[in-house]
Amino acid sequence: MTVELFIFYVFAVVTVASAVMVVAARNPVHSVLFLILSFFNTAGLFVLIGAEFLAMMLVVVYVGAVAVLFMFVVMMLDVNFVQLRQGFMQYMSIGAVVGIILMIELIMVVGTWVLGEEGEVLAGPGTVPLASNTELLGNVLYTDYVYLFQTAGLILLVAIIGAISLTLRQRPGIRRQDIGRQVHRRPSETVELRKVRSGSGV
Amino acid sequence: MADLWSGAIWPVLLITLQILAIVLPLLLAVAYLTYAERKVIGAMQLRQGPMTVGPYGLLQPLADGLKLFLKETVVPTGANRIVFVLAPMVTFILALIGWAVIPFGDGLVLADINVGILYLFAISSLGVYGIIMAGWASNSRYAFLGALRSSAQMVSYEIAIGLIIVNVLITAGSLNLSDIVRAQGEHGWYMIWHFPMFMIFIVSILAETNRHPFDMPEDESSLVTGYNVEYSAMTFALFFLGEYANMILMSAIATILFLGGWLAPFDIFPLNLVPGPIWFILKICLMLFVFIWARATLPRYRYDQLMRLGWKVLLPFSLVWVVVTSGFLVAFDLLPK
Repeated sequence: MTVELFIFYVFAVVTVASAVMVVAARNPVHSVLFLILSFFNTAGLFVLIGAEFLAMMLVVVYVGAVAVLFMFVVMMLDVNFVQLRQGFMQYMSIGAVVGIILMIELIMVVGTWVLGEEGEVLAGPGTVPLASNTELLGNVLYTDYVYLFQTAGLILLVAIIGAISLTLRQRPGIRRQDIGRQVHRRPSETVELRKVRSGSGV
Repeated sequence: MADLWSGAIWPVLLITLQILAIVLPLLLAVAYLTYAERKVIGAMQLRQGPMTVGPYGLLQPLADGLKLFLKETVVPTGANRIVFVLAPMVTFILALIGWAVIPFGDGLVLADINVGILYLFAISSLGVYGIIMAGWASNSRYAFLGALRSSAQMVSYEIAIGLIIVNVLITAGSLNLSDIVRAQGEHGWYMIWHFPMFMIFIVSILAETNRHPFDMPEDESSLVTGYNVEYSAMTFALFFLGEYANMILMSAIATILFLGGWLAPFDIFPLNLVPGPIWFILKICLMLFVFIWARATLPRYRYDQLMRLGWKVLLPFSLVWVVVTSGFLVAFDLLPK
């Protein structure tokens, strides 16, 4: 057994086990922590197949940003576990149907998966990659798929603006800091030097 | 047997020795960074700093370490034990594993990976977990508030750091840290070309490492000491070591991105005789001095001002600088091939 194979199995087992624990853990914060562990090990698997750019992006985007927000929300939730379990049997049938449909779809996708000719050539033995996969990904993203890529960016922008406009509210009567006004204040306008005689006010 | 030796055991042994060769000096550097901090701040406040333990107080860090080691580890009753103990470990490990890709000299690097800078960015974005986990697991209001502040702060300033890194990347044309330093040998240091970015980077790494003037998470006057208020003995020591190791790591990143890494300032006779790692260490010390200097000089920011600075000043400015840099490079046909 080579070292790579051993490492692969370590990552794979931890990924699957922590994915199971995400669902099985009783404490939601533990669930998120297991989710992070799962992401992390998936990144390790990406590194093993030589996709280092995807691995780093997975860690930066999902672990570094998305999971932090999950954590934020989950930590502040006030979850009532007894109440949470009450509807379990009621929803189980629906959940099972959704799960079975998803599983059938996944089996259909994986079962009919055929590696294209190009893929076989690239994956074949003795082929030397022309450039690092960061460069290759960039070349594909900004030439063949540039419109789709830009559209995805626009959709994200719309989502950002939507989220901001949902949370932005202007309440009257709130004193806010106006940085511009503060910076433009001059001592001559605000400070006054007076000679006060003792025993009398200003 | 010989196959097993050369195939599995020897590489593992070699990598372990290399890791020790990086980690042990690093831990020593962390210990003496605390000493340097107390001495420098002492000098700035016209005090002497530690003077009692050993000549000029040189053994003070060892005495502090021994004290923390001998104390009792207290786990609060309501705390979530596993996460509570895990949090300082996460902080400390994350502060160490970043060093795997740092080039100390030409070719002197543990793992010369193609996406080195992304790796560092990923590691620094994970640093927030140690603090969130500590704050949540402590089951204490102060610790929780400190953790919330800190995570919001670190996530915000990461974005500015990401855009600054993009600037350096499009100028250097590579994500490999050694290549970035070599590119600075040809173009001149990026501190010159990207001077505003260098300034923003210093501000951002102060916020990212939770140091003054952005030390909201451990704001003594309002949060006692924030996320680590329930920690004692070695668990506290690991947070402390992690924070200082992170400072050194961030200084090393700043050195590589802007100060030319292991390169001598000028490629002239007496300067280029000094070996690269010495220059690298000297530049890191310079950056660390800035950290300490800021702590001794600046008052703490208010939290809303901190957020405003990150989102409304640093982020738009570095975004505009990306546009300016790429426009300039394209217009004058200077894009790295």
